[in-house]
Amino acid sequence: MMHQLAENTTAQGRRSTSNSLSHLWYVLRTNPITLLAFVLFALIILSAVFGPALVPYDPLQTNAAIALQAPSSEHWFGTDSVGRDVFSRVIVATRLDLAISIAAVALSFVIGSTLGGIAGYWGGWLDSVLNRLMDTIMAFPLFVLAMGIVAALGNTIENIIYATAIINIPFYARLVRAEVNIRREAGFVRAAKLAGNSDIRVLVMHIFPNALPPMMVQVSLNLGWAILNAAGLSFIGLGVRPPTPEWGIMVAEGANFIVSGEWWLAVFPGLWLMIAVFTFNLLGDGLRDLVDPRKRT
Amino acid sequence: MLTIDDLAVSFQTRRGKVNAVRQLSLTLAKGETLGIVGESGSGKSVTSYALMRILDAGGQITQGKLIYSGMDLRHVSENDMRNIRGREISMIFQNPRAALNPIRKVGHQIEDVLRQHLQASRQNAKQKAIEALQAVKIQNAEERYHAYPFELSGGMCQRVIIAIAIACNPQILIADEPTTGLDITTQKVVMELIRDLIIERSMSAILITHDLGLASQYCDRILVMKDGEVVEEGRPQTLFTQPQHPYTQKLVMATPHAETDIRGLLPPEQRSRQPVHTVSDKPLLEIVHLSKTYAGKSGPVHAVKDVSWCIREGQSVGLVGESGCGKSTTAEMLVRLLDPSEGKILYRGDDIAAVPARHFAEHPHRRQIQMVFQDATDSLNPRHTARDALAEPLRQLAGLRGRTLQERMEKLAAMVGLPVNLLDRFPHQLSGGQKARVGIARAIALEPDLLILDEPTAALDVSIQAVVLNLLVDLRAALGMSYLFVSHDLQVIKLLCDYVVVMKDGAVVEAGPTRSLMANPQHAYTRTLLAAAPVLDYA
Repeated sequence: MMHQLAENTTAQGRRSTSNSLSHLWYVLRTNPITLLAFVLFALIILSAVFGPALVPYDPLQTNAAIALQAPSSEHWFGTDSVGRDVFSRVIVATRLDLAISIAAVALSFVIGSTLGGIAGYWGGWLDSVLNRLMDTIMAFPLFVLAMGIVAALGNTIENIIYATAIINIPFYARLVRAEVNIRREAGFVRAAKLAGNSDIRVLVMHIFPNALPPMMVQVSLNLGWAILNAAGLSFIGLGVRPPTPEWGIMVAEGANFIVSGEWWLAVFPGLWLMIAVFTFNLLGDGLRDLVDPRKRT
Repeated sequence: MLTIDDLAVSFQTRRGKVNAVRQLSLTLAKGETLGIVGESGSGKSVTSYALMRILDAGGQITQGKLIYSGMDLRHVSENDMRNIRGREISMIFQNPRAALNPIRKVGHQIEDVLRQHLQASRQNAKQKAIEALQAVKIQNAEERYHAYPFELSGGMCQRVIIAIAIACNPQILIADEPTTGLDITTQKVVMELIRDLIIERSMSAILITHDLGLASQYCDRILVMKDGEVVEEGRPQTLFTQPQHPYTQKLVMATPHAETDIRGLLPPEQRSRQPVHTVSDKPLLEIVHLSKTYAGKSGPVHAVKDVSWCIREGQSVGLVGESGCGKSTTAEMLVRLLDPSEGKILYRGDDIAAVPARHFAEHPHRRQIQMVFQDATDSLNPRHTARDALAEPLRQLAGLRGRTLQERMEKLAAMVGLPVNLLDRFPHQLSGGQKARVGIARAIALEPDLLILDEPTAALDVSIQAVVLNLLVDLRAALGMSYLFVSHDLQVIKLLCDYVVVMKDGAVVEAGPTRSLMANPQHAYTRTLLAAAPVLDYA
């Protein structure tokens, strides 16, 4: 078998395929918006992890003497009606809001992918039943459904997470169903069966990873929605309870003071909420490019 | 008519500038059909895109003149260019189904072109569109006017595309691989239609193809391109009987024709002695009254109707037929991915059709019957490296792990001639030939008794096809495998197989030893197939 080296193997032969770091750098370099999103995302993660240790004041410490002070060099975002430092509260709240949204998205990712994968791979009556179930969930106004779930189950952080997860499941289930369905008959799936893979292994190890790039976009958008959702629930008094620092409650509390001119109480937590949602929305495309090996040419 | 002088086209990519076409010059006389042949990546399509100024984003004409009736098309405004496209120069694309809008009636799509170029008014557009359909010999043109692309066969869609292309009586027709993906009998009909139209309307034409046989039959003059440059030019007879450039010689040699053997496809210095494979009398796989019926909207669809034949140990059987004849369905049933409706598949006397396809993964015979898929790209998981792909059967079916697994994979890579450093690449980082090798290596990983090959070379360039076919011959002798080689190409089957089965509409119409069947076909359909294949004529 000496005649087989006909094709050229030189050009990109030495280039390793697993240099993820250089790929990350390439994605960031060619796309400044993704770069911005990654920088903001890093800041959000940093303040979630180290925020409580770094902030200048205890976010729960009240001091009536300095109530309702405007932003100053002492208190960057001012102080609230009982004299707590708004900046410290906004930063400390990051951890809770992020934790709620990540937990909720992780839950809906896992459940939605499982249901969608089953529906897309096996089809038939299972598919019809699951589809109708998802339609039923989506038939409700989602925020109202989440309100109902939290109101019925009780006012705790876990229940906010469950409620947020449930209303997001259909998005994952449908996406995975579609992605699995188009690959069900692909050559590599049949090849995997010939290699002795059972149906479940084919689905989990071969088809599902191919659905990841669009899923990443969904995850990232969803993180933003989940934060909004959690904040929204707290805003209307369901979910996180005062005095815990949380963006939604802070906006709700601050809203009373806007008329009397103390704008900083609501604006800064609102601004942080907006930045977080904005970051996750921008992050999606960049994440998709990162998890797609075809972009690593 | 048309002169291209010193054309250069480059593309901006992540790795910098790539020159797709360099120093290309050609002239096209009135009424002439010029062929551009070359393998994938030779720049033949890019040349035509440059001429039409429809290069992809990142593509740029960096040099040269494109002179059509006194104008340099490179400097014509986009507005004027729109008028030239379709009316003066028009194009037939490779994939007719993709080139038609799936949700518009084909008649309306023809009207669009006519109205765009003011060749028809609102009142007579329909009439003219029907005339255009009649011009491409579509039966019942009035009815077909209302058809949607999905209601038409591939050949019909290509006729509609041709109708659109010639609706405004262009001066130049560019056909970019117009028959790729069509059956050979359809290919013949479509090519003859194009040729007749060219003569009838005294158009000039450029036929872009990878198929030397096709080019030699329908072109007056041929350019051979390689890596963006023209390496040779001439009349088909002289070009193909006395090719001057080594590349042309290699191409001509690699194209299967009547008087070659399988080693003859390779350049002389690579021709080692062809190994002998021994065929025993013992049956390996007996196919007994096998049928597959699907429930269709209007009654049952009989995809495969009561087929029976036998594959002996060491024998290579060719399964020939056109699309929709049931050959792929049969292959899928034999490889146990699909359950037959009726019939038996006896593997060494053991009825494996009795085991449902979804449980066959655990069956001890699983490793003995393997398959090489038609489209190597599609058959490799885009998220798995070549190494992952090879490891699958070895891990799952043989339980190999760690060092034994790695050694076995490297040995396999060596057997199929795949450099070991390519094992860590993803499919999109491999060339077509390399992907085909990965697919073959995966299929032979467990040294199966029977290898089913579903058009393994259909997507490959001829020179790579030549290498892959020879590799298959070597592997067959080395591992003592039997082959079931599914193909539409009788010339290829003839080189590789001992026995041929011809299928049409789900049934076997003829079967017999390759030599006698090819020399003396009994069934009319076999004769049609043989006659339709464009053969590179040496004499």
